[in-house]
Amino acid sequence: MVKLTINGQKIQAEEGTTILEAAQDNNIYIPSLCHHEEVSAYGACRLCLVEVTKNGRERLVASCLYEVTEGLKVKTDSERIAANRKMLMELLLARCPNNKAVQDLARKLGVEKTSFKLDDNDCILCALCVRVCQEVVGVSAISLVNRGVDRTLATPYFEDSNVCIGCGSCAYVCPVDAIKFEDVGDTRHIYWPNNKMEFKLKKCQKCGRYFAPQAQLDYIIKKAGLAPDAFDNCPDCRD
Amino acid sequence: MAKQSNNRLSSPQELEALRASIIKSRDAQKPCITVCGGTGCHSFGSEGVTDAFKQEIKRQKLGDKIDIKVTGCHGFCEKGPVVVIKPKNIFYQQVKAEDIPEIVSETVVKGKIIDRLLYTDPATGKKITYEHEVPFYKEQKRLVFGSNGLIDPNVIEDYLAIGGYAALAKALAMKPEAVIAEVKKAGLRGRGGGGFPTATKWETCRDAEGDTRYIICNCDEGDPGAFMDRSLMEGNPHSVLEGMVIGAYAIGGHEGYIYVRNEYPLAVKNAQIAIEQAEKLGLLGKNILGSGFDFSVKISRGGGAFVCGESTALMASLEGKVGEPRAKYVHTSEKGLWEQPTNLNNVETWANVPLIIKNGADWYGKIGVQGSQGTKIFSLVGKINNTGLIEVPMGVALKDIIYGIGGGIPDGKKFKAVQTGGPSGGCIPESLLDLPVDFDELNKAGSMMGSGGMIIMDENTCMVDIAKYFVNFLEGESCGKCLPCREGLKRMSQILTDITEGKGREGDIELLERLSATLIDTSLCALGSTAPNPVLTTLRYFRDEYEAHIKDKRCPAGVCKALVTYSIDEEKCPGCGLCVKACPSEAITDMGKKKPVVLDQEKCIKCGACYDVCKLGAVVRK
Repeated sequence: MVKLTINGQKIQAEEGTTILEAAQDNNIYIPSLCHHEEVSAYGACRLCLVEVTKNGRERLVASCLYEVTEGLKVKTDSERIAANRKMLMELLLARCPNNKAVQDLARKLGVEKTSFKLDDNDCILCALCVRVCQEVVGVSAISLVNRGVDRTLATPYFEDSNVCIGCGSCAYVCPVDAIKFEDVGDTRHIYWPNNKMEFKLKKCQKCGRYFAPQAQLDYIIKKAGLAPDAFDNCPDCRD
Repeated sequence: MAKQSNNRLSSPQELEALRASIIKSRDAQKPCITVCGGTGCHSFGSEGVTDAFKQEIKRQKLGDKIDIKVTGCHGFCEKGPVVVIKPKNIFYQQVKAEDIPEIVSETVVKGKIIDRLLYTDPATGKKITYEHEVPFYKEQKRLVFGSNGLIDPNVIEDYLAIGGYAALAKALAMKPEAVIAEVKKAGLRGRGGGGFPTATKWETCRDAEGDTRYIICNCDEGDPGAFMDRSLMEGNPHSVLEGMVIGAYAIGGHEGYIYVRNEYPLAVKNAQIAIEQAEKLGLLGKNILGSGFDFSVKISRGGGAFVCGESTALMASLEGKVGEPRAKYVHTSEKGLWEQPTNLNNVETWANVPLIIKNGADWYGKIGVQGSQGTKIFSLVGKINNTGLIEVPMGVALKDIIYGIGGGIPDGKKFKAVQTGGPSGGCIPESLLDLPVDFDELNKAGSMMGSGGMIIMDENTCMVDIAKYFVNFLEGESCGKCLPCREGLKRMSQILTDITEGKGREGDIELLERLSATLIDTSLCALGSTAPNPVLTTLRYFRDEYEAHIKDKRCPAGVCKALVTYSIDEEKCPGCGLCVKACPSEAITDMGKKKPVVLDQEKCIKCGACYDVCKLGAVVRK
C-alpha cells in the first residue's frame, strides 16, 4: 500500500492505482469525461488534471494516468486548476454547444458560455467507444480517423463495418450521448456521428420477441465455444 | 576510391591496420574535385555538374589523375552548386555544367583560378579563392558538420580515413559506466529540442528494469525550414551510427532503430548503405571489433507526421500503431518501445558522441559555454543573405550569426525578428540580438533551442501574420488526441485569422493569453504545450502590432491584405507606367504621358507589386 494525501486528507491506495481511482475510492470528486474503469486510461479530456507535489516540485498532471507514489501530495482544486478546467470547458462548449451533458458539466464547473465561435458537434472525441469496442468487445469496428481538427469517429472508410456485431456498447459507454441506437421491429439501428448501420435481431423461439442482434449472439457463441442453439430463446424464456 | 573492404575486423588493431592501409593507398596531393550533393545544391543542379565533370575527365583521359567525389551538404546552400577542388580547397560557387571543361583544363590541370566562379565577399567586395577563407565558413566551428565536405557518404573508407570508428574502438575498451561518465562530464545535452542531459538519459535506461533495451535515433525532423538532421544523415551517416553503437554499448542495448522520415529518401538510402557497410566490417552486428558486444540497427521509415518527432508518438509509430503520444509520467528510458527501456536521441546528439569519446570530455567541455557545451548546427533561412547550415559553439551572440556568418539582411532591409526553435519556438526581437545562443538563454527569452531552426524576418514581416502561420502549421500537425491541443489550436488560429482580417475584437489578446496558459498547462505532449510560444513571444515583443490590427484596423508591416489599401499620389506620379506593367490584375490604367495613373480599387488584389516598383513614392500604402 502507498500512503498519500489528497486535499490534505490522508489516504492509502494500492500500488499501481491512479490518483483518479484513489480519489474515487475515497469519494473525492475529480471531473472527467474520457475515463472509464473498464478500459485503459487515455488522458484526452484533461479535465481530471490535479496538482501534485513530489520532491518539492509542483506540477499539473492528468490524474487518470498518474500513478500514486509514497508521500505524494495531491490537490484536486486550486485557482490554477479551476482556470484551466474552465478554459477546457469553454473549448468543449464551443465544440458541442447543444449537447446537454456538456452543458451540464460546464455549468457545474462554473462555465455559462464560451468565448469562441460555436460549432455543432455532439462527439467530444474521448475515444471511450473506440476503447470499449477494442478492449471489451474485442472487434475494433470503430476508430478515430483523420488527424487534429479533422479527427472524427467512424467505421473504416465510413462504410458498413463487417466486424461490428451491433452490441451497442459504444452507445452505452458514451459520456455525452453522441452515439444512439434503437430497436425497431426486427432491426437494430446504430447511429454514429458520421454513419449508421442496421442489424437483424434474433427472434425468441418461445415468446417470439426480438431480443438481440444475431451477429452479437453468433460472436458470443463462437468466442465462448457455446452450442449453436445456446441463444435460441430470449433471457426470459431460457431455462 | 578504395574498394569496399569486405573482411570483418575482429580487433581494434585490425581496424587501425585497415585505416593505415587506406590512408597509405591515397595520395593526399592528388587533385580531388568535390561536388556538394546536399539538398540545396542538388536542387540547383549539382547532379548535372557531377555528370559534366565525369564526362570531361573521361574526355581528357584524366581518370587516373583526378578523383571526383560527391559529398553531403557543405552548408553554404545560398551559393550552390558548390565545388571544392582539393588539395588546395579552391572554392567555386554557383557552378554550372558549362563551366566544367574550363575548370578541368584551367584549374585542375594548370592550377589557374577562374575569377568569375569565386565568391565575392559582399562586405569588402573582394574575391575569395579558398573555402576556409570564405567568411561564412571562417566564423563557424564545424566539428560535427565539417566532415561532410571531406567524405563520400557511401564510402566507409572515406570515413575511416578521417579517423572514423576510432572512438568506438576506444569506447569498447572502456567500462560502459565510464563511457556514460565521460559523456556526463562533457555536458552533452540533447540536440533534438528539449536539451535534456544525454548521459542522465543513458544512465536511467541502463539502470531500468527490462528484458532488453532499445536504442533509437530520431531522424524525424519536421520543422519548416530545418534540414540539419537530414543533411547530417545524408552527408555523414557513419558518424551517427558510430555514436549509436557507443551509446548502445554504454547502455547495454543490442537492438537499435533509425526512425527517418520517408520524405528524406537520400537519408534513408545513405543510412541503409552505411548500416550494410558497417555490418560487413564488423563495426555493427555480432561481436563488434571482437569485443563480444552485439548491436544491430534497422531503419524504420516515418510517414511524415510532425508529431512523430515526439518520442512516445515515434515509438507508437515504430510499433506499427497510430503515431500518437502518450503521457510520459513514466519516462521512455524506463518504459518505451514495446514497454521496454528505450533510449532515444536525435541525429545530431548521436553524431556528437564519437567526438567526445575520441577527444575526451575535457576537450569538449571547453567548447561552448557552461551549461551548453559543444556546438550546435542551425539552419539559417528566411530573409538572410547566406542561407544555409551553420555550426557554431553555443554561446555565440545572435547578431554574430545573423550579421557575421549570415551576412545580414538582403536588399538593405532592416532586421525585425528571428524565430528560433521551429514552429514551437519563439520570435526574438532586435533588442535581444546580443543574446547568447544557448539552451537556457533562449528559454529565458521565451523561445527555445529546439532542433536548431533559425528563421530570419525583415521589416516587411507582420508579426501577427507570422504567429498565425506557425499556429496554422501546428493546428495541421496536432494529432487531435487531447482536447486543449486540438480544440485550442483551432480557436487560436480562428482568433489570429480574424485579427489579420480586420475582425479582431477587444479582448482577443487576453483570450489568446488565457488560451495559451491552458495549452501550456494541460496539453498531453510537448507539441501542444509549446505551441503557444510563437503567440506569446510575438505578444511579448510586438504587442503594439496586435493592437494596431485590433484597434486601428491597420497592419503596420503592410502584409495583411484586408487591412491595406494602395492609392496613387497624383502629385508625385509622372505616369511612367512602370506600375501598370507590374500590376498582375490590370488594376492600374495608363492615362498617357505626364498624367498620373489611375488605380481601380475593385480590381486591386493588394499584392504590393506597384508599391515595390515605384521609386518615386507615388504609390501610397495605408
